[in-house]
Amino acid sequence: MILSAIVVLTLLAILFGLLLGYAEKHFHIEGDPVVDQIDALLPQTQCGQCDYPGCRPYAEAIADGEADINQCPPGGQPGIVALAELLGREPKPLNESHGEESIKTVVIIDEKICIGCTLCIQACPVDAIVGATKQMHTIIKDECTGCDLCIPPCPVECIYVIPRDTGLDAWSWPEPRALQG
Amino acid sequence: MNKLWRFNGGVKLSGFKSLSNAAGVKRPPLPKRLYLPLQQHIGAPAEALVEVGDKVYKGQLIAASSSFISAPVHASSSGTVVELKKHIIAHPSGIAEDCIVIETDGKDEWHSSISALSNPDALDLDELRSRISEAGVVGLGGAVFPSGAKLKPTRSIDTLVINGAECEPYITCDDRLMRTRPREIIRGLLLLRRLVNPTECIIAVEDNKPEAVQHLRRAIDELKSEGIGSVSTVRVVAVPTLFPAGGEKQLIKVLTGKAVPQRGLPYEVGVVCLNVGTTAAVYDAIYEGKPLISRLVTITGPNVKHAANYEVPIGTPVQHMLDIAGADDTGGGEQNRLIMGGPMMGHVLPNAQVPVVKATNCILVEPKADVVPTTAMPCIRCGSCADVCPMHLLPQQLYWHARGKAFDKLDHHNLADCIECGCCAVACPSKIPLVHYFRFAKTEKKEFDAKAIFADQSRVRMQIREARIAQRERELEERKAKRKADRLKKKKAKAAAAAASANASVDDQDQASNGVSV
Repeated sequence: MILSAIVVLTLLAILFGLLLGYAEKHFHIEGDPVVDQIDALLPQTQCGQCDYPGCRPYAEAIADGEADINQCPPGGQPGIVALAELLGREPKPLNESHGEESIKTVVIIDEKICIGCTLCIQACPVDAIVGATKQMHTIIKDECTGCDLCIPPCPVECIYVIPRDTGLDAWSWPEPRALQG
Repeated sequence: MNKLWRFNGGVKLSGFKSLSNAAGVKRPPLPKRLYLPLQQHIGAPAEALVEVGDKVYKGQLIAASSSFISAPVHASSSGTVVELKKHIIAHPSGIAEDCIVIETDGKDEWHSSISALSNPDALDLDELRSRISEAGVVGLGGAVFPSGAKLKPTRSIDTLVINGAECEPYITCDDRLMRTRPREIIRGLLLLRRLVNPTECIIAVEDNKPEAVQHLRRAIDELKSEGIGSVSTVRVVAVPTLFPAGGEKQLIKVLTGKAVPQRGLPYEVGVVCLNVGTTAAVYDAIYEGKPLISRLVTITGPNVKHAANYEVPIGTPVQHMLDIAGADDTGGGEQNRLIMGGPMMGHVLPNAQVPVVKATNCILVEPKADVVPTTAMPCIRCGSCADVCPMHLLPQQLYWHARGKAFDKLDHHNLADCIECGCCAVACPSKIPLVHYFRFAKTEKKEFDAKAIFADQSRVRMQIREARIAQRERELEERKAKRKADRLKKKKAKAAAAAASANASVDDQDQASNGVSV
């Protein structure tokens, strides 16, 4: 009696083991889907304020449990809430040591001062600067994420931060006051 | 008599129209300065053609249309361009936008190119259409969609609807226009009829404007007796007064029983719909050669002394009109709240310095003392809002999701179909400012979507850059490896050659020594 039980359970164990092995091989997914989901919620500024070299590495760190969800200033509080919802955690305030939530900005190159050293081009994570050696550089404003990574390498300090153009398209109706009671 | 249908919901409102519709159309004196925004229409802003210091004449083209959906801007009086700058415009945000500022010279001289056409009925259709576009004619009912783009339907049209319903309280500019210029409206309609070739034409007027209906019918009879046969296809229909009967989709439903598909346009059900003001502007553009440089504006309100309709040059500051209408004796506008449009769908103006634009049908002056601050109470889920919604939406559900900023749910409940008519807010027993929530949610959603698109774009650019850097590194590595291999090969070859030559010399020596020994 006991013997048959042992035999049946062993056979079952072998069967499930084979099934799992098969599934592992044939339904294998490249990459981590959780990382993709986290990455989709990040603002893709690629600014590195979270201490990781871009949004994707930060997403990987969150998925691994290395980094907390409150290290992204450009994402701000709404970003933290979205991450908390995805990961089933409690939202928390932004970790100020990584920076403060601010208005959307872009940078602009003072083309009279620029010496054409290409250092900023190499620093830009999204290829938003055009120019060539000893030629004037300029920023493609529509592509600039406002990460400010181009500012420290500039030897002549000709890059300035300006607020992103707030035209009619960017204007939002104010949120109605919350109800009483 | 033809059958009329009805749309879902709607509310009955007090009209307050007698405040301003008793007096005839007045012409105000010219303001000192005109502020002409480059964007007064849906679509791309116009491009300025003048520079500071240029002398301009009335009707002169000063900013050109920049794409298919765009409209040009013309000088509304003669004078000098004194500034091209950002000036506060008639928008709830109070944002300043690009404007051409003209200092008027008081002569009001027409540009030399403006003259009446000798034979407008002989124009071919393309010429007609392009003249309408070039005259800067846009929908004057409030949507300011460039009319030229509407007049090239891609399917056959059954009904041409001219919208004179004017369902909002207080506004009477279309009423007054139909009473003073019925012939021009009908002749404009006949021009449009040539363009879209419908089987029937309807001018729809709410039945609270019997005088307008009378004037239009009389004008049709007159034109008929003058031998214009095509006018017999035109009917004037009085539609029941029920807000928002003047909404394009609601009016089409009432007149034809057809429902414009969700996110669709009227031409998809064989209807083209234009406002009476637009129709009169088409008449002016074709018969008189005059571009759209002025419009009728209702200046009204309980305390406005000369509440009436004024023919206002586009670009006139609202303050100038308030002074003329006696709306505001202290001059600062402090004690009044200004609404552009009607009380239902209009919006509060940031101040009185904004100019009148092509979309300005009414300036409603409300004493601030009369504006009772209402406290919104919690939603009791009574469903009154859904009963009155002319778009068959569920405002109550939209409200919850707007508060929670649940954008996917808002999409699911078709927030984009909301016409912001305000029926739900009127019906709400808890006085919740529902339309405000929907406007907020719409702009918020737009921003959310724009952010998502920008993030995707940045992600792709980052990935492309990383791939490029990785490839360059790989190539560098390969080249390095190749160089190293080449060097090694050369070294080996050299060594081999050296060894060979060393061997050879040894051989020589051997041979030499051998020779010596030999």
